[in-house]
Amino acid sequence: MAEAVSSNDNQYLTFTLERELFALDIASVREVLELVNITRVPRTPEAIRGVINLRGRAVPVVDLKQKFGMGSTARTVNTCIIIVEVDIEGEPTVLGALADSVQEVYEMESSQIEPPPRMGTPIRADYIRGMGKSGEQFIIILDINKVFSSMELAGLAQALGEAGAEAREA
Amino acid sequence: MMSQDDVHRLAYLEEAKELLADLEASLLELERTPGDADLLHKIFRAMHTIKGSGAMFGFDDIAAFTHDVETIFDKVRNGLLGVSRELLDLSFHACDHIRSLLEPDNAGDAGLTAAGRMLLEGFRRYAGEDAAPADAALPAPQEESPGVARIYRLRIRPQGDILVTGNNPLHLLEDVCSLGECRMFVHVEAVGPLDDLDPEACLIWWDCVLRSPASRQDLVDVFLFVEDECDLTIDLLDDGCALDGEGVHKLLGQILVERGDITPADLENALSAQKRLGDILADQGLVQPSQVASALAEQSAVRDLGQKQADRQEKASSIRVAADKLDFLVDLVGELVIVQAQIRQAVDERGDPYLRGLAEHLERLSESLRDSTLSIRMLPIGATFAKFRRLVRDLSTELGKDIELVTSGEETELDKTVIERLSDPLVHLLRNSIDHGVESPAERQAVGKPAVGRISLAAAHVGGEVCITVADDGGGLDPAAIRAKAEQRGIIAPGADLTLKELYHLIFQPGFSTAKAVTSVSGRGVGMDVVKRAIDALRGSVEIDSERGKGTAIAVRLPLTLAIIDGLQVQAGGEYFVVPLALVEECVELARDADGQRRRIVNLRGEVAPVLSLREAFGLAGEPPSIEPIVVARVDGERIGIAVDRVVGEHQTVIKTLGRLYRDVDAFSGATIRGDGSMALIIDVAALVRREAQFEAGRS
Repeated sequence: MAEAVSSNDNQYLTFTLERELFALDIASVREVLELVNITRVPRTPEAIRGVINLRGRAVPVVDLKQKFGMGSTARTVNTCIIIVEVDIEGEPTVLGALADSVQEVYEMESSQIEPPPRMGTPIRADYIRGMGKSGEQFIIILDINKVFSSMELAGLAQALGEAGAEAREA
Repeated sequence: MMSQDDVHRLAYLEEAKELLADLEASLLELERTPGDADLLHKIFRAMHTIKGSGAMFGFDDIAAFTHDVETIFDKVRNGLLGVSRELLDLSFHACDHIRSLLEPDNAGDAGLTAAGRMLLEGFRRYAGEDAAPADAALPAPQEESPGVARIYRLRIRPQGDILVTGNNPLHLLEDVCSLGECRMFVHVEAVGPLDDLDPEACLIWWDCVLRSPASRQDLVDVFLFVEDECDLTIDLLDDGCALDGEGVHKLLGQILVERGDITPADLENALSAQKRLGDILADQGLVQPSQVASALAEQSAVRDLGQKQADRQEKASSIRVAADKLDFLVDLVGELVIVQAQIRQAVDERGDPYLRGLAEHLERLSESLRDSTLSIRMLPIGATFAKFRRLVRDLSTELGKDIELVTSGEETELDKTVIERLSDPLVHLLRNSIDHGVESPAERQAVGKPAVGRISLAAAHVGGEVCITVADDGGGLDPAAIRAKAEQRGIIAPGADLTLKELYHLIFQPGFSTAKAVTSVSGRGVGMDVVKRAIDALRGSVEIDSERGKGTAIAVRLPLTLAIIDGLQVQAGGEYFVVPLALVEECVELARDADGQRRRIVNLRGEVAPVLSLREAFGLAGEPPSIEPIVVARVDGERIGIAVDRVVGEHQTVIKTLGRLYRDVDAFSGATIRGDGSMALIIDVAALVRREAQFEAGRS
């Protein structure tokens, strides 16, 4: 999905992680699912919870809370998987993101969105595209491509205990 | 939306690329057997089709270029030109040129046009130098077989007194017309002013182009009773496509005559000015004109018949399908297999005997459907090998080496996608063998080897995997040089203790190259690391074996990565996994030792096999059962036991990739969908065993 200029240009899907309110540009959201069984892939980072069957495709599901260092997502009646399409190194990739609850589709003019503050944000500033407001509450608008492109599993091989010749010389 | 024209053009591009590949294969073949008439016909036919279809879909530059090349091969085919290395070099360049003409971006490229002209110049020079006929005498005229539409040109010149004998030429013409489609051209130049006209003299004559299945004899028979009063020449022009060289000239001329643009005399002059080889030969008194004419007739007939029959046979036995349609079909079959598994699970829970029968039937059907669908995607790897012949030929020439490529196992079938993705790594391996492996002829003779180097490319099925070996009889790898290089690059610590195999494997490290000189082959910043990566992506493995002075063999092993396999479902630590059934030999049970320790080896009827536990390998929670089922698999010729909690059963497994995020996870070749819709991971047993072995080695 290209970031096309369309009628839903200023629409955001809001969701919660803990008590924080987050938002994703609706253009990158494909659908929202109830929590289904996630098949864990052994010996992979905790932040990637595993894969789900999305109409016959294996889709990896990421625990945003773990990614952001906010603990891990528990299974509740409100837990959802937001299916997004992101660009990782120029390749469109479909991923799932766990959310404690999904709120609504919320409209914000770009004039209402402020650049991320340099300090005091609950998550790394470079994951934030901007800050919006809903009533008195701040909404953290995520730069979803940034979040996921840093999900590369580099170093995983080491985690799996691959000890080759080089390791032995060390 | 594509227009119908674009669809045809695209189809032509596809077809032309395939034809070019065939053409190159035939040319390489011809290099080995220069006298093979069948091959020459094949080459000619491929050219002819590229040209004909090209003209039909508006690739005029291709049609024009190929036409001239085809003309040369026509001469070769008729034994008027010999086959030499020079001709083959020219022909290969011609293939490349046509290939660049096919690129849409190159349309009307001036440089390309110039290159084409240069090439044709080369061909013409070749034809000029070598215009002596080959040893073989010109073939005798051949019996024409009836039933194929041919194009004849008839020249009907009644003598002046034909009317006096009571014959009417018009009746003769009607008879000719009744044999097929006919165009008549009347010549009335001889008719003078009215005052001088002799009403009983026939002053006009006709040229006629006839498309008819009739034999020459049928035509001659029409003029049976006027043999003495009418001069008749009959030439066979071409088959129905009328795109052949001769035919184009003649027919174009006729059209011009028809429109009155030029006189028949001009046409005659123009045509006779193009001296044909047959005429040159006749002039030199080497052959009789009649022999040339009959040879030409035979050649056309052969061309007709050969082409028409080949076309017919191909049409009957094969059908061209777009690859994406096949992919879609495989996807659908995958979905069906999943639903079938779900139905089976539901039926097992209900235990209705009638439904059970239906479910089993459905299972058998979907299995057959799966197998036949997948077999459609399986292609012999031979087509790829043929491409490499050309590579070896060109590259060894460029580097001044003499190398022969020996291939075997061309019939080994692999999934289309695997073949496509395997092509580049193999090219790299061959390049390496040619560039760094095989020595120059002088060096080879100095060490008492034959001057001609050998590279062998072999494919074979090895138990559920395909093994492709690239072996050369060159200088072999130099462990000392590799070590020095690796230390210099900081890949290994100085004096590190490595086995020979580990040393060899260092050449797969990025940026590694032992070539002393930078050639056009190396020095491009690509090396064996690219090969390793591509093969890893295909979930394959690479093995190197080398002996100093004797040569190097690199074996690539690939799983028959297909969309759907038979799998054995197992359970460990509450998770489900699938082991490819092709690797599984048997399942046994193993009780724990008295002290509760799990054994690390198992004795299978006298053969000792190591056991690895899925629980431990994957760090799964929970306690293993007291009696563990062991799935015995055979990997790389070794038996290995895999301890699990429970063996669930076998079922068809649709392989779904895990995607980019799990790119570096090597223990799984993908995931599959279980009957209840959840996912189970498919274990890549070979990778798992490799990993565990390294892990053990690391611990010791």
